[in-house]
Amino acid sequence: MNARLAAAWALLPEYLGWHVLLSASALVLGVAISLPLAVAASRSPRLRWPVLAGASLIQTIPSLALLALFYPLLLAISALSRSLIGHGFAALGFLPSLLALTLYSMLPILRNGAAGILGVDPAVKEAADGVGMTPRQRLFQVELPLAAPVIMAGVRTAAVWTIGAATLSTPVGQTSLGNYIFAGLQTENWVFVLFGCAASAGLALIADQLLGLVEAGARRRSRTLTLTGLAGLAVGVALALLPLAGVGKPGSYVIGAKNFSEQYILADLMAQRLQDAGASVQRKEDLGSAVAYRALAAGEIDAYVDYSGTLWTNVLQRTDNPGRKPVLDQLTAELKRRDGVLVLGSLGFENAYAFVMRPDRAAALHIASIADLAREAPHLTLGSDLEFLSRPEWKAVQSAYGLRFRTQRSYQPTFMYRALSGGEADVISAFSSDGRIAADKLVVLSDPKGAIPPYDAVVLISPKRAHDARLLSALEPLIGKIPVEAMRDANLSVDRDQAKATPAEAAKALRAKLGL
Amino acid sequence: MAGAIELSGIVKRYGGHVALAGVSLVVQPGEFTALVGGSGSGKTTLLKTINGLVTPDAGEVRVQGETASAQPPYILRRKIGYVFQEIGLFPHMSVAENIAITPKLLGWAPDRIAARVATLLDLVVLPKDVAARAPSELSGGQRQRVGVARALAAEPKIMLMDEPFGALDPLTRDQLGSDYRALHERLGLTTLMVTHDMAEAVLLADRIVVLAAGRILADGRPAELLATTADPEVRALLEAPKRQADRLRARLAGEGA
Repeated sequence: MNARLAAAWALLPEYLGWHVLLSASALVLGVAISLPLAVAASRSPRLRWPVLAGASLIQTIPSLALLALFYPLLLAISALSRSLIGHGFAALGFLPSLLALTLYSMLPILRNGAAGILGVDPAVKEAADGVGMTPRQRLFQVELPLAAPVIMAGVRTAAVWTIGAATLSTPVGQTSLGNYIFAGLQTENWVFVLFGCAASAGLALIADQLLGLVEAGARRRSRTLTLTGLAGLAVGVALALLPLAGVGKPGSYVIGAKNFSEQYILADLMAQRLQDAGASVQRKEDLGSAVAYRALAAGEIDAYVDYSGTLWTNVLQRTDNPGRKPVLDQLTAELKRRDGVLVLGSLGFENAYAFVMRPDRAAALHIASIADLAREAPHLTLGSDLEFLSRPEWKAVQSAYGLRFRTQRSYQPTFMYRALSGGEADVISAFSSDGRIAADKLVVLSDPKGAIPPYDAVVLISPKRAHDARLLSALEPLIGKIPVEAMRDANLSVDRDQAKATPAEAAKALRAKLGL
Repeated sequence: MAGAIELSGIVKRYGGHVALAGVSLVVQPGEFTALVGGSGSGKTTLLKTINGLVTPDAGEVRVQGETASAQPPYILRRKIGYVFQEIGLFPHMSVAENIAITPKLLGWAPDRIAARVATLLDLVVLPKDVAARAPSELSGGQRQRVGVARALAAEPKIMLMDEPFGALDPLTRDQLGSDYRALHERLGLTTLMVTHDMAEAVLLADRIVVLAAGRILADGRPAELLATTADPEVRALLEAPKRQADRLRARLAGEGA
């Protein structure tokens, strides 16, 4: 418990720094866009409705989806700008998160801004005209100062929303306090999940109180209060950003990881080897499968581990299965040709999709293979991870065996195993390198028709790092060196309920065991 | 001699409703004119066409010989004092800052503004120490005195007043009215005041203009109006304060006996 808490504390400066940088930038940008819009909306009833309705509409989009939508959008714009002016930009990480959160912060500022300006006493507005103010002078000397408390209340609401929603920028590759929550959810590290929630809530509370001082200052027309609040905000942001001064140096390597324990462990393993070689390393974790590969091809991450079958079906869109070696060879040639991506080689183990059952259920129903499963499937419930049912492998298996389940349910991988042991699912789509299969003595159903492609774990290197000697010399010794048993043990040490290890500890233990 | 304010053929419509149906009026420099009439007679609308708070649909407004529409309205308004019933003091500024606003907009030097604020507080009979206070800390009468001081700050020659003392208690109202009349004399102002109170008009103004349904019904010195008008409505209006005074006297005498 203490070790995990210590691990969480150690990550806080970096996560908090990014979280503050992201939320503060989004809020500043949100205010800069929303205030002029609010002024325009307060002047023109014809504009007011569409502006406020538009902002409300944005608010109805789930924030995670809004963040996710900006990635493909920016990718397209980046490709366009690369073809037009020869320069692209990063479509992953900070930029999509910033834009989505900015949009998200606008509604309360717009609403309160328009209401605040419209709420200024008409007699005072008439007096402002009467004493000879220009419309601009009236706005800046009378209307905005008088609407300031209402506007600040909107900014406060926006700040709390933005800080909360910023935890969702982790899956689009932006480090934030959400890293605790997403990683903790995957590895059942509840200390991390709680720590992330507490840190984000604490940050929101502090920001809310400081903005509250500014608001009270505006309301009571106390310059001291306003300045105290603003100074507190400035000092807080500066302190939070201090630890970031060291990261993001141009020389640092970015290691990516998808959202499950094995990925965290392997990313830690690669990062530790690079750091031992004196390199500085950044991490982008919890990426979706498609996002991870595209980010690598675009050079936004330098290296990560993917699986041959995933690339075969998702990237090359192949549905055939010529066998383990040909898949790897063709993949190496095709990815280099298409995207300039270097397939450094297989780590030495496979992590295939496997249909897995509890031994008692399998025995009772006489199921040993997927063909047997197809016979009983109409009475059974399939539990899968969040992506499996939309992946081409599932379609391939389904059509090869004529699989049709009574119900299908999707879970986070961790909860999928819980569902199997609790009987909510009869069969699950597991990963063959998962330590929980052996630990729980689960039955892996055979695939007599070879419908599931091979899934060798391969190290991928981005085009711009394909000839980077330091990166290659740090990662090449890993090729072919990790047997599936060692990986299973490492995965189990992170996933089990008792005596859990962090992914970094598991990576260290793996290195020690294999001499890497 | 050119009038300080010259209105010719002013028409203003709001939707289908005609607020002003072609009003022409010349106000001479130094004159204290009361615009009277019932609600909806167009008196406030007419007043606001002079400082551009209302833009007429037809007709011409000339102020001190210049066509009002030939310059941006805010330039014109800085040369005309404007006082209205709701006062509209800026709640986020001190009394001194409120009074100083138009000189500041005109770019006066700070020491000239400070001296002017002190002079004005004297003129409207307010103690020096209210300068630093917020408008919310003043009584209604004090607030309207600040309103008058603010309107006079940039030394305008013309004052437009819309029911300026209408929301005050009778004593304060009487005091403020006669104080303002004295200022009018002392500063040589041209004042146009909207009121629905005929007694106030008779007591303060040199000239009374009666409006009804967007037209001028009668125009003249109070005594002369009473003597000449044939219009029963105008006569009733003019006689109201006298009748009221007679009744008051009778009742007070009756109780004393």
